[in-house]
Amino acid sequence: MHQVPRFRRGFRFQWEPAQESYVLLYPEGMVKLNGSAGAILNEVDGQRSVGDIIASLEQQFPEAGSLGKDVGDFLQDAQHHHWIELS
Amino acid sequence: MTYPNPSTENTPANPHDAGPPLWLLAELTYRCPLQCPYCSNPLDFAQTERELTTEEWVSVLRQGRKMGAAQLGFSGGEPLVRQDLPELIAEARNLGYYTNLITSGLGLTETKVDAFAEAGLDHIQVSFQASDPELNNAVAGSRKAFDQKLAMARAVKEAGYPMVLNFVIHRHNIHQMNDIMTLCERLEADYVELATCQYYGWAFENREGLMPSKAQLVQAEHEVNEYRKRLQDSGSAMKLIFVTPDYYEERPKACMNGWGNLFLTVAPDGTALPCHSARLLPIDFPNVRDMELQRIWYDSPGFNHYRGDSWMPEPCRSCDEKEKDFGGCRCQAYLLTGNADNADPVCSKSEYHDRILAARRAADHATAGLTGLVYRNADNSRLFFRS
Ligand code: SF4
Ligand code: SF4
Repeated sequence: MHQVPRFRRGFRFQWEPAQESYVLLYPEGMVKLNGSAGAILNEVDGQRSVGDIIASLEQQFPEAGSLGKDVGDFLQDAQHHHWIELS
Repeated sequence: MTYPNPSTENTPANPHDAGPPLWLLAELTYRCPLQCPYCSNPLDFAQTERELTTEEWVSVLRQGRKMGAAQLGFSGGEPLVRQDLPELIAEARNLGYYTNLITSGLGLTETKVDAFAEAGLDHIQVSFQASDPELNNAVAGSRKAFDQKLAMARAVKEAGYPMVLNFVIHRHNIHQMNDIMTLCERLEADYVELATCQYYGWAFENREGLMPSKAQLVQAEHEVNEYRKRLQDSGSAMKLIFVTPDYYEERPKACMNGWGNLFLTVAPDGTALPCHSARLLPIDFPNVRDMELQRIWYDSPGFNHYRGDSWMPEPCRSCDEKEKDFGGCRCQAYLLTGNADNADPVCSKSEYHDRILAARRAADHATAGLTGLVYRNADNSRLFFRS
């Protein structure tokens, strides 16, 4: 909860109009992110903690209810893929 | 950044409803100080005269980005030969590309590594020929290559880039798998590409002297898997990518993810290609000097030639796997059967599959050393277009 996620060096997150989605770019690779993955990674700024990010997303999507587990699981997964680091 | 709405009257026809080219490969030059006998450049590369100018490349980059290209590779030849590389990197980064530099490391210096980072380069891939200086330099045809590569790999890491190390694997270095992976770990590579030769260009000429035997391949695969397990257990983020040769498969690979589907290559003279070896096909490909990239990609006969599946003869035409592999690689079909429309002979349903089997048998009995290979250099290249 207090850990701060940041993108690993060499990973770039950006909006691509042609694909109408957020993508994650890395050496010779690209993942097209679905809506929720994009929304979560869009909050990753190397400053705010997992807890902050969850709070911010719950505010943006009040109809979604509590997001703690989903967001936490996704960020764990992203760390597993070596997209982000948690410190 | 804003994206201007392309006016409808200028929108080219798109008969196959093709998606945008998300990857753009800019082959800046065919010039290269090395002579790898498996080089994917065309055999007659020395015939290429007028390279695109800086302005022409900038225009290609802008057009590509506007169409949706997000990944950009600067390759060659050796892209460092181009003096305008820093300018092109800065322009590309500014446009929002993820920029990859694919280099042999020759001509690179620590100053350049830093200057490129400043210009916004995202990643550098350094290619090696082997894990030791003797073999490396013999394959590259250069006495100083290995030490330079080591120094540059260290400089790349020092500057904080993510680093991909690329090794082209063939029968003369496949026994070094463990040494290669150890070297990569020591150099702190983030990704390691162990790519067995694909037989186009110079590698096709040298196939007999390059293709590993089945036994060599099985052993190598085993070593890579063991090493991967070890990396995983130690929590290392180094990623191993082993590309095995399709000559040992019974079904072809889905070449380039489909013809004119994701990848767009622009060759040094401005010829636009659906893949970097497609130049060898008897097809007229458009040039960015004569036509807008949009029109080239969506509407030119060259790019529409093998889109869809109405061009397929049997056995592909009535095969239920055609959506999976699109009939395989057109270049391989052309090189091995003389007709690029045919099924890729890697497929066991192809009537030419025996040619693949013959190559496998030859690999089991090949004995020739490195000296029998045709090295990629201007003199040898001239032989191919003079004859
Ligand atoms: S494969 Fe070798 S010879 Fe060909 S461009 Fe690359 S470094 Fe140069
Ligand atoms: S016959 Fe053609 S489409 Fe079918 S598996 Fe073989 S190459 Fe692919």
